[in-house]
Amino acid sequence: MNNIFVYCEFEDGQVADVSLELLTKARSLADQLSCKVEAVVLGSGLNGIDKLLFPYGVDVIHLGDDKRLSPYLTLPHSTLLKQVLEQEKPQIALFGATSVGRDLAPRIASALKVGLTADCTSLEIGGHSDKKANIEYENLLYQIRPAFGGNIVATIINPETRPQLATVREGVMKKEILREGYKGVVKKIDTDKFLSDADFVVKIIERHMENKKVNIKNAGIIVAGGYGVGSKANFKLLFDLADVLGAEVGGSRAAVDAGFVEHERQIGQTGVTVRPKLYIAVGISGQIQHRAGMADSAMVISINNDRQAPINQIADYVIVGDAAEVLPKLIKYYKKNSK
Amino acid sequence: MKGLRIIVLAKQVPDTRNVGKDAMKADGTVNRAALEAIFNPEDLNALEQALRVKDKVDGSTITILTMGPGRAAEVIREGLYRGADNGFLLTDRKFAGSDTLATSYALSQAIRKIKDFDVIFAGRQAIDGDTAQVGPQVAEKLGIPQITYAEEVLDIKGKEIIVKRRLERGVEVVSVTTPVLITVHSSAADCRPRNAKLLMKYKHARTITERQDATEDYLNLYQTRPYLNIDEWSTADIVVEDEALGLSGSPTKVKKIENVVFKAKESKVLSPSDVEIDELMKELIENHTIG
Repeated sequence: MNNIFVYCEFEDGQVADVSLELLTKARSLADQLSCKVEAVVLGSGLNGIDKLLFPYGVDVIHLGDDKRLSPYLTLPHSTLLKQVLEQEKPQIALFGATSVGRDLAPRIASALKVGLTADCTSLEIGGHSDKKANIEYENLLYQIRPAFGGNIVATIINPETRPQLATVREGVMKKEILREGYKGVVKKIDTDKFLSDADFVVKIIERHMENKKVNIKNAGIIVAGGYGVGSKANFKLLFDLADVLGAEVGGSRAAVDAGFVEHERQIGQTGVTVRPKLYIAVGISGQIQHRAGMADSAMVISINNDRQAPINQIADYVIVGDAAEVLPKLIKYYKKNSK
Repeated sequence: MKGLRIIVLAKQVPDTRNVGKDAMKADGTVNRAALEAIFNPEDLNALEQALRVKDKVDGSTITILTMGPGRAAEVIREGLYRGADNGFLLTDRKFAGSDTLATSYALSQAIRKIKDFDVIFAGRQAIDGDTAQVGPQVAEKLGIPQITYAEEVLDIKGKEIIVKRRLERGVEVVSVTTPVLITVHSSAADCRPRNAKLLMKYKHARTITERQDATEDYLNLYQTRPYLNIDEWSTADIVVEDEALGLSGSPTKVKKIENVVFKAKESKVLSPSDVEIDELMKELIENHTIG
């Protein structure tokens, strides 16, 4: 049927945000290509998943509900997914660029001998003319991703192989319900038929997962600090301002590497992509990798000693000064004027 | 306990972390000459895990396998200086333009030629592509399980290996029986420095190509010290279908490369004076950006 497939991650009764973002994107690509959206969900305790997924415009759910499929293991998931993809022959299959998706997708690409592009930040449909071979391709998936440490953006295509595989970063695409009441069909996967003991040679002995404590991805206002903040102690000023403004605190990679702030708050190409209505960058020079993760913010205020810092080029306001001096003043005058 | 036969997959990469102004050419392509060639950082983490296994299990050996141009032999020498036993450089023009699928095919065929192994270690990803695909694809082609995002090998009991994995939201401890491919995460221990004795021993190690311009003195030295040979393999030395290599074996094609350009805004520059910050706050509250 040559539809678009999305491998949906499911754990602890929840579908991963990135999977819902991909379903949303798949729906709009499918409308362009006049095809259907199909989801593959492998896990256990999947009752009710159909009600959760159909509203995103899902036409078919391939459901593998089996105790042995949760938590995620590479081999049983790849065995089943390969089976489904070989049988259904989709034109596109999408995965989240998560620790699961980036483990599974390459295994699948190798088994099917097809192309895979990692960490896409944008997907589009378009044509391509191979002038040497004199072939015109229509309706290819443009897999757009940063490359070379974020210094360039590459558009990758797989002209010949199907499905076209891509992993997509969390948070770069919108998650949007198409219509409550949208209905599709559920197809059950006969897991016993395809799984064998060989798929379970890796055994999980222990597992400690934490729910995300911070949610910078959906924050309306972000106060982010860089290496220029100077110390973990100075970062407290950012938390103070964030408290007052109802904002979340983020950090650049340099600040995270220096131990000023936790890893889960990292913004940029290797962290989270954000697009708040206000981004306050404190002591952030604005390497290209950082700007890639926040350039879509509606308004940017940069607080920096260095008038020439690259981040200032994309800032609406630049306050030239020290964080230690400026942040308390922002708090003071916000309080004064908000009454 | 019998020693483990370990292969470490390593790659020489341009140091994209320290990109200077001249790293990009005017036409938007990468100026590789301006970037230092280094041992891919996470491959060093992988080498350290291999060395720890070798320290722990007597009789273990470490073989470095790298694919690249002739100068990538440097990666093998760096491995020897730190405790690897030997290495293979896979080099051939036919590999040029390989994507991860073609690369993993070539590597897996080289591994089949090496034949006997228990564990393959590789870095999670290389910094020039950040795809994290070659490790899992090599594992698939060899038909062995993979353990990605490894942070530490916790224990080895005969054929069983216990590994701690570092995931986005936590940690997982898994057990597996060999053979297995393990990709190592940057949160794993840093690689030990070069060992002075090994540096002395291997600093003259050369591939056959590198020996071409060697002096007579060197060739005499080489005659008496066979360990100075770094094996170099071309496509003629491994069983491969040419169609599956290089550009023809790579389903992904680069359609377009663009420089990253951010739309510059006209910024308003403020001083940190009380008056200007007071004004700014009033403005932001009035236009409902905050408050």
